[in-house]
Amino acid sequence: MATTAQRPVLPAPGAAGSGPRIALPAWGRVLALLGAVLFILAVTRSVSGAHDLTSSGAAGATLRLAVPIMLAGLSGLWSERAGVVNIGLEGMMVLGTWAGAYVAVDHSWWWGILAGIAGGALGGLLHALATVTFGVDHIVSGVALNLLGPGIARFLSALLFTGRPGGGVTQSPQVNQPGTFTVPGLAPALRSVEEKGWFLVSDLAGMLGGLVTDVSWVTVFAVALVPLTLFVLWRTPFGLRLRSCGENPHAAESLGVNVYRYKYAAVVISGGFAGLGGAFLSMVASNYYREGQTGGRGFIGLAAMIFGNWRPGGLLSGAALFGYTDALQLRQGETSVHALLLALALGLAAFAVWMVVRRRFVAAIAAALAGAGTLAVYLLSDSVPQQFTSATPYVMTLLVLALASQRLRMPKADGQVYRRGSAG
Amino acid sequence: MPAATSRFDPRRFDPRRFDPRRFDPRRFGLAAAAPVMAFVIAVLLSSVVLLIAGHPPLTAFTDMISYGTQAESVVNILNKSSGYYLSAVAVAIGFRMSLFNIGVDGQYRVAAMIAAVIGAAVTLPAPLHVLLIIVVAVVVGAAWAGIAGLLKVYRGVSEVISTIMLNYIGGSSLVPWMLTPAVFAVLNNNIVKTPDIPTSGWFPGITVPGGEIYGFIVISALVGVGYWFLLGRTRFGYDLRATGKSEPAAQASGVDVKRMVLWSMLLSGGVAGLVGLPLLLGATHSYGQDFPSGIGFVGIGIALLGRNNPIGMAFASLLWAFLDQSNGILDLDGIPKEIVTIMQGTIVVAVVVAYEVVRRIGVAGEQVRVAAALGGEASGGTPPDGTGPGGGTAPATAGGTAPATAGGTAPATAGGASGTGAA
Repeated sequence: MATTAQRPVLPAPGAAGSGPRIALPAWGRVLALLGAVLFILAVTRSVSGAHDLTSSGAAGATLRLAVPIMLAGLSGLWSERAGVVNIGLEGMMVLGTWAGAYVAVDHSWWWGILAGIAGGALGGLLHALATVTFGVDHIVSGVALNLLGPGIARFLSALLFTGRPGGGVTQSPQVNQPGTFTVPGLAPALRSVEEKGWFLVSDLAGMLGGLVTDVSWVTVFAVALVPLTLFVLWRTPFGLRLRSCGENPHAAESLGVNVYRYKYAAVVISGGFAGLGGAFLSMVASNYYREGQTGGRGFIGLAAMIFGNWRPGGLLSGAALFGYTDALQLRQGETSVHALLLALALGLAAFAVWMVVRRRFVAAIAAALAGAGTLAVYLLSDSVPQQFTSATPYVMTLLVLALASQRLRMPKADGQVYRRGSAG
Repeated sequence: MPAATSRFDPRRFDPRRFDPRRFDPRRFGLAAAAPVMAFVIAVLLSSVVLLIAGHPPLTAFTDMISYGTQAESVVNILNKSSGYYLSAVAVAIGFRMSLFNIGVDGQYRVAAMIAAVIGAAVTLPAPLHVLLIIVVAVVVGAAWAGIAGLLKVYRGVSEVISTIMLNYIGGSSLVPWMLTPAVFAVLNNNIVKTPDIPTSGWFPGITVPGGEIYGFIVISALVGVGYWFLLGRTRFGYDLRATGKSEPAAQASGVDVKRMVLWSMLLSGGVAGLVGLPLLLGATHSYGQDFPSGIGFVGIGIALLGRNNPIGMAFASLLWAFLDQSNGILDLDGIPKEIVTIMQGTIVVAVVVAYEVVRRIGVAGEQVRVAAALGGEASGGTPPDGTGPGGGTAPATAGGTAPATAGGTAPATAGGASGTGAA
């Protein structure tokens, strides 16, 4: 009798996650937004003279720094879409950095990357075991993994790296790095345009040039994982079922989905992504494993995922933003980041105008005031202390959560312990 | 058992019988089994790891015990555990309310930093000086945690995320920025640290054969007592625990949940503010780059291990500090001392799993008892769906699970029986 009453409700959870708005926003809107951002940066560059804002060097650094954040974000996405909160991905990343470096010291980088993925996946398996099989609280298990990951890495380093050339308790010997490539023809052409110093055109050339110069093959692979994730999670039956476990596991179960199996798959894949992000850090971004190498990137990845509203496209923009602010610190940090304040003020002003057009005057006034405040800070100071720029991702996340929490929607059953057969 | 076999009779109902605080050997046995189990698993696992690495585990453990029980080690263990304990209490206040204050780490660092700066800047007679530093630390810790509390109450931001972000903003940006010569720090012999707190702001220690025990350990113990009293013996504590168990139920009984969230976050942060003080007031008297970080995360492990119980957490923090201290000997044996980090991590993972397993065993046992009691009733002539069953004897667990097994869920749940009964 209860089942007949439930029947009409059942298809809803599956459909809820796969609404028409899930797919990437229309290409036109994305391009328009990117164009606006580039324009603001170009204006800022020519006004402030901080030429690194749009240089190919900054773009290249952004790419290198954004990839691990993006992978961590994808890791969180896979797990949370199946309803398992994964704050242990920092620990899984550490396992990835270590495993990748360990194998790549003696073997080719290809094996190192695979080992990194496997190391992270192992951490994911542990998380799945605790949260899915034993029903341990997801946060608790994640915290435990974050304690365990660095412990294991340190112990194994003491055991296996000490006594080897360059190795020790806190670092590994040098590893075999993956190769890089520069797009022939295109890269030199863009570079020559960048050097001309034409407004906007050279800025665009600089940004694009950075993305096609000295790119690691692993970077290409990693970036390709974003559309792949989008496709698998939103365009295949497997993805639909996986997401249904994150939205309403009881309904999924009643439709014959083996919720435990899907959660296991999701969390292990999530660990693999985190491990790949870790291996990227120890093998591409640098050429050896070092303790503390992840530097909280797992958490920044989570922040990027939330920033992106639990979607691949949004996550990518979050990772790019955080990677960009990170990169600017390396490129004449204090000047560049200071100039970024001006860009922020301009951006807020543009947003205010847009809000006026949309007739949302409260938002417009708020944005205008914030913009004016930022401009005042820009004019009254000479530089931004380096310590504050490193806080950008975290402050941004808090702001986004505080201001837009109504527009964010996480998977409905995210973080809830699910037990097989507990559906009423 | 004896009461359960008879039918429920409100006239004979004795509330004392159902006092959850009443000592119940079965309950106690189950509660103690989990940490012991976890510790044994951790020892076994690290033994296996040591064996694989080619080191005799027995030597390692006996060396650790003999080194860890020397007078000097004991002093260090006590000193370390005083901070660990405070951190665990701070985390536990949140846990009891179903709030995850992962931000203890940031809270105590910001608090200790500002307390050190203010403590060095003022001149006051001894007791007032110490008091001022303590108050400053509590207020700063509470304020830093309060940001997360406000965000949760007014904007619905999960405290897990916001405290993680605040950890980084505080620990990796604000404190390092304040710790530059341009702001608060001084450069002394190439060491960057805050100015020294004058002797009037030191907390007197207790001199024993092995060295000096931080006097602040007394405050830690008092905080533990206060935690026990506040949560177990006051209306506020009752409301807090009730909110942690079921927010809607607490709201229905007149608890202002938003206020409770904010207050427990402030309380948790206030205690977190104290975490750095044993060290600051007892030994370093200034905040430098080598001021320890990560105690907030240790506190999470200890609170889990000690099950939010004031006594349990005391033992857990002593154990944790013992492991931290006694690993010093391992390097002399040529054994990587990092094995201890693995042990600590394993203990935490094992203990949470063990608690869950034990809880399921407890629930299953209770179900059997309740089923037996109800069965007895049914045979006595009461219809199974009467108003009587469960009245006073069945706690929430039985009430929640019984319908699942009895009701019509069978078709969808082939594993239904194993879900509730098998563990």
